[in-house]
Amino acid sequence: MATPAILPSAPEMKPPPPPGGAKAVLEVDHFNLWYGPTHALKDVSMSFGERQVTALIGPSGCGKSTLLRSLNRLNDLIDNLRTEGDVRLRGDSVYRRGVDVISLRKRMSMVFQRQNPFPKSIYENVVFGLRVDGEKRKPVLDEAVERSLRGAAIWDEVKDRLHKSALELSGGQQQRLCIARAIATRPEVLLMDEPCSALDPIATSKVEDLIIDLKRDFTVIIVTHNMQQAARVADVTAFMYLGRLIEMGETTQIFERPRFSETEAYITGRYG
Amino acid sequence: MDAPTRHPPLRPSPFGRLFRDGHPWVWITRCGTALLLLMVVGIVAIVAVNGLSTFWPRRLVRYELKDGTVVVGEEIRREVRKVGQASVEETQVFLRVGNRDLSGGGGDFRWIRADDIRATSTPEDLLAFERMEHGPAYGRVRQVIEVETVDGKRRNRVVAEGAAARAALETGMEAAAARREARLELQEGEMDRVSKRQNELNDELRRFQREADPTSPSFAGRKQALDARKAALDAEFEPVAAKVRAILAEDRRHLVLLEDGAGNAFPKPVPMSQILRIDAVNALSFPGRVGLAVGRFWRFVTEAPREANTDGGIWPAIYGTVLMTLIMTMFVVPFGVLAALYLREYAKQGVMISAVRIAVNNLAGVPSIVFGVFGLGFFCYLVGGWIDRSFFPEKLPTPTFGGGGILWASLTLSLLTVPVVIVATEEALAAVPRSLREAAIACGASKWQMIRRVVLPHASPGILTGMILAMARGAGEVAPLMLTGVIKLAEDLPLDGEAPFLHPERRFMHLGFHLYDTGFQSPNVDASTPLVYSTTLVLLGLVLVLNLGAILLRNRLRKRMRTGVF
Repeated sequence: MATPAILPSAPEMKPPPPPGGAKAVLEVDHFNLWYGPTHALKDVSMSFGERQVTALIGPSGCGKSTLLRSLNRLNDLIDNLRTEGDVRLRGDSVYRRGVDVISLRKRMSMVFQRQNPFPKSIYENVVFGLRVDGEKRKPVLDEAVERSLRGAAIWDEVKDRLHKSALELSGGQQQRLCIARAIATRPEVLLMDEPCSALDPIATSKVEDLIIDLKRDFTVIIVTHNMQQAARVADVTAFMYLGRLIEMGETTQIFERPRFSETEAYITGRYG
Repeated sequence: MDAPTRHPPLRPSPFGRLFRDGHPWVWITRCGTALLLLMVVGIVAIVAVNGLSTFWPRRLVRYELKDGTVVVGEEIRREVRKVGQASVEETQVFLRVGNRDLSGGGGDFRWIRADDIRATSTPEDLLAFERMEHGPAYGRVRQVIEVETVDGKRRNRVVAEGAAARAALETGMEAAAARREARLELQEGEMDRVSKRQNELNDELRRFQREADPTSPSFAGRKQALDARKAALDAEFEPVAAKVRAILAEDRRHLVLLEDGAGNAFPKPVPMSQILRIDAVNALSFPGRVGLAVGRFWRFVTEAPREANTDGGIWPAIYGTVLMTLIMTMFVVPFGVLAALYLREYAKQGVMISAVRIAVNNLAGVPSIVFGVFGLGFFCYLVGGWIDRSFFPEKLPTPTFGGGGILWASLTLSLLTVPVVIVATEEALAAVPRSLREAAIACGASKWQMIRRVVLPHASPGILTGMILAMARGAGEVAPLMLTGVIKLAEDLPLDGEAPFLHPERRFMHLGFHLYDTGFQSPNVDASTPLVYSTTLVLLGLVLVLNLGAILLRNRLRKRMRTGVF
């Protein structure tokens, strides 16, 4: 293949629009990130379309999780971190000085690799985001619990034991509870960091079905190392390699007609 | 060319295997644990056996010696002792003979030679008397006497004698106990209230004399008013005092004359109110003995000490220890947790914070007496002195807060134990999984909300471990208390029914100091030695109870925090 391995990206170039013609909710604009001396994200520019599932794939250490955590500035917790460039949520800069990261994170919730429910009741787990927001009205909390647990397809399994400890649930249930917790505050974007990597196949397929359902209400960005999963759930797939975004396109195109040799090599299993 | 590959044998030499598998090390760890257990069990056993046997009613034995004398006492132990310059070994019996007033200044303990004993018996009519003063008496009741005043002359009339005397004494003791109760109610109630008001008025008078201007026109009037109030209070005090005096006079009218086991009368009759209990220990059945032992233990832990802490109970010391430990915990836990939170969660980790951490850890190694000196200088003299000058100037030079007190002692001990809490809390905070912190942050919690709602609850079992260690350390500490507020005998409890209920400036009694006092400062070593064991036992039990409470709480918290199932 004669195409250059890496997309040329001039500083003046705007991030390309999301593939498939959807409206861009989140734009990453010439984003660079360093952990100390390590340049972990190199000039990443991309857009995420509204109510689409975008999968970030790539070999270990390619920066896909780092990119995901940069979107809601969860990386701020790490010392020695430096960034350049910007991320925009519906046109609002995320990295500008004075941005209230707390309200930002309320607009972009996150589900983690390993299910991490709080050692509290199921009910309290779901309403955590509302409680820290100062919500005390019982009807509002009750409504959010039912809506979120239904949204996360776990309501029928837990509705009779809402006040039991969340730690009594199975791994797959816990992960769906974490998804319910993430959507309880009605975020715009749902970030998922390998949400199925600690689950068994049955629980995984439940969560995958759920992700496809969630697309109706949320913009979903999912990091996965499982290419079949990306192919199953994602509308758009982005391939990252060594801290760069190599290629981004509709999932069928990426898997069937990759434009770059690295993408093809990864998809066909030659590395990663 | 190809050297044959050497495969390691599947059955290595037993010796090599011994060391590879580490069996010797496992054995060393086992031995270490066993040794430790042995020592702990040994200490507890010694304390428990000696401490509890004090309460067991021993038989009163009547020894007839070969020279014809008769000795009555409780046998404490037998020992083979070396006697004389030739160091001849002979068996001797150590007896508690009581009757201190009869032996004329001698102790109430005595050694006799086993060889001198001609015969022993345990007559059932021998009685053990518990008395307010002079320790126990052993013997019989000879006469019950009533003092009469005839023609202005005091005259003793024998009411009962011999066999009837004991019954008469028991009736008299009941009456005496009722009188004592009535007297205490008067003294601790009305008399105390009036005398407190008198003290306040005296303070006011002193202030008036110091500050008022004698030339001012209102001076005479105000002085008159104060004097009138003083007179009114004195008039109020007098009838109560008269009642108390009447009760005491009545006490002096009912006397009893005891005799020892050999039949010798005591030098003089004593008021019946001096006798607290009579037990016919030799006539007791086994359940009776158990009941008496339980009763003695109960009185030991619920009554105040008597006779320079060589007799009576230790209730004020238990009370002081528990209260001091609780006040200390109330200070040390919030203080330590806040410090640890800052060090671990907020401060930027660096040389400075490491230095602070090392300093905190080293604080745990500073001798406790140094903390005592610091507490005395800083809390008692500086802070307490300032409080006295600012709020209680009329009482000076008598210090209110400017001397030792339970508040200063608790604060000193919380300084002493704060490193334990800080270290334990820091460990607990560090052990909160990163995933939980991220989950909270990703839900839109601020850092403080994350700490408050996720980190602290998760760290609470660890924080409680720190609290348990601090309490155990604090409850057993003595040296700093000796400088900052502990006292040999406290008149009032630091927490009582009198407003404002908690008296942070009061000195208090403490089990640890009580141990030191009975063990090393006692005027009567033989009588106080068993009390040392009993007090230690109570202190151990108390620390155990405090710790068990905290451990139960911790386990309940841990259950809630247990990790998920997979």
